[in-house]
Amino acid sequence: MTPILELDQVRKVYAGTPPVEPVRGVTLTVTEGELVAVVGPSGSGKTTLLHLMAALDRPTSGTVRVAGQPIGGLPDRRVAGLRAHRLGVVFQQFFLLESLSALDNVATGLLYRGVAGAERRRLARQALERVGLGHRLDHRPTALSGGERQRVAIARALVGHPQVVLADEPTGNLDSAATADLVALLQALNRQGATLLVVTHDHGVAAAMARQVELRDGQVVSDSGGGRP
Amino acid sequence: MRPADLLPVGTVGLRARPLRAGLSALGVAIGIAAVVAVLSITRSSQADLLAQIDRLGTNLLIVANGRSIDGQEAELPARASGMLGRVGGVRHVAPTAQLQAVGVYRTDKVPAFLTGALVVRACDPALLATLDGHVRHGGFLNPASARYPATVLGHEAAKGLGIAALAQHTRVWLGGHWFTVVGILDPFPLAPEIDRSALVGFPVAARLLGHDGRPSRIYVRTDTEQTGAVAGLLGRTADPEHPEQVQASRPSDALTARIAAKSATTGLFLGLGAVALLVGGIGIANVMVIGVLERRSEIGLRRALGAARGHVAAQFLVESLLLAALGGVAGVTAGGAITVAIAGRQQWAVQLPAVAPWGGLAAALAVGAVAGLYPALRAARLAPTDALRSV
Repeated sequence: MTPILELDQVRKVYAGTPPVEPVRGVTLTVTEGELVAVVGPSGSGKTTLLHLMAALDRPTSGTVRVAGQPIGGLPDRRVAGLRAHRLGVVFQQFFLLESLSALDNVATGLLYRGVAGAERRRLARQALERVGLGHRLDHRPTALSGGERQRVAIARALVGHPQVVLADEPTGNLDSAATADLVALLQALNRQGATLLVVTHDHGVAAAMARQVELRDGQVVSDSGGGRP
Repeated sequence: MRPADLLPVGTVGLRARPLRAGLSALGVAIGIAAVVAVLSITRSSQADLLAQIDRLGTNLLIVANGRSIDGQEAELPARASGMLGRVGGVRHVAPTAQLQAVGVYRTDKVPAFLTGALVVRACDPALLATLDGHVRHGGFLNPASARYPATVLGHEAAKGLGIAALAQHTRVWLGGHWFTVVGILDPFPLAPEIDRSALVGFPVAARLLGHDGRPSRIYVRTDTEQTGAVAGLLGRTADPEHPEQVQASRPSDALTARIAAKSATTGLFLGLGAVALLVGGIGIANVMVIGVLERRSEIGLRRALGAARGHVAAQFLVESLLLAALGGVAGVTAGGAITVAIAGRQQWAVQLPAVAPWGGLAAALAVGAVAGLYPALRAARLAPTDALRSV
């Protein structure tokens, strides 16, 4: 299996007095087709780790490779290109643009790939149908429930068929029923071939994923699939 | 990202807060409207003045001898108009004389002190041709009627006496005699003193009103290209003994001076328009800076979706340019409408100088670019992790 995300002895230190070191030497590989949960209490460095994997931040030391490409020395435009073409990200707060319809929000996921407008909307429609929102295309985010909004955000991350989708506490703002629906959706998407990495503090959500990586104080303390290359 | 996507992406923020966008565009619109209206109104009114000058001619000269202590026109030598007629380049000469202590009244029952600020003026029948004037009702004096108690009323004088039209035997009480009104004149913009006069012939003025035949004000029409040269000769010709007392004036100069005065006030109003534009630009910059602060999560999201710094900067710059362009278009439209309205009221031909709309739009876009630059750079510099964490 092809490795998609490779972290090797990754550390992140924020300057300050005292300096904060949320990620302390994490080594982790995610390969194609995996369904991974990174689980840990708040303050364990989950979100920082996700930002590093999503190429939104650069490690203080160690290397992060996205699709084989180390991001450390790349210029902004190249890193942005990696994010646009290889990675999809889902956030706890959904981050949908309220002035746009669900369809246009999903289409925004292809904006920075240089896909033409009509094609963006066509693929967005497919992605929304994939997450079960084919009937809500023209609704504004304010007219959608929390679970529906998160599914729009997932469709936006999936629309360009990235090599991996990273989700930061995707169930954090959802009730238990919507959480169960979302977990089922993630499992279904994984069965269809999507590689997914979910960061969560919810052990129930983590247990539903194929592989669990437990993070505490910025270090990996256990990895159910750690033996895989 | 495709260039064609810049415009729709630039409108995302405007569509999210249309009222705020409208208000900040309004600031620029007011500035641009002021600039466009000032330029166009000035041009229209100047064009009107120029047309007026063209119509009235710049070749009319007036020779006078100042005023006496009691405000009456002082007299010129009796031979003055004859001498002036011999100067090369002079086309018409028309002497007039304000008659001292002679009033004109509607009837003989009106007390003598109620002159209504009207004067009685002896004139030559050549006056109408010299001034290139027009008779509204009746006719002008001719060599025959100039010898009889007949009068032609200036436009204001007729109004003052309450005579709107000529009926049979319309008479006025003039210098203790009944005079028949034979004509009413149109206004003379270059010689408003004629408008307030009742005109009689020199012969009848000498016979009935005790005039000595000396003129107090002589109108001279010259060949247009010789007007300057003739003006220099008028003093010596009219009164060779006291040329320094003679005043020669060119009434069209007053209109020319008005054009210059309008140009001066234009500068002032343009300055005010520029200040309004500056304030509008600051308004846009302010709204854009607030927008960048409020939309940190959107910036973070766009970076996560693959936007490079340049994309984010371009988005905010386009948004600022759109706001300014919106204000610019509204301002040019409003400025044009104001010009049409004012020109319509003043009965001027509307003149929109090409520089007004294009310059106005260009100025608006320049303001938008300058106002958007700092917020755009600030948005681009925002680290994606900070932008996402701020919620």
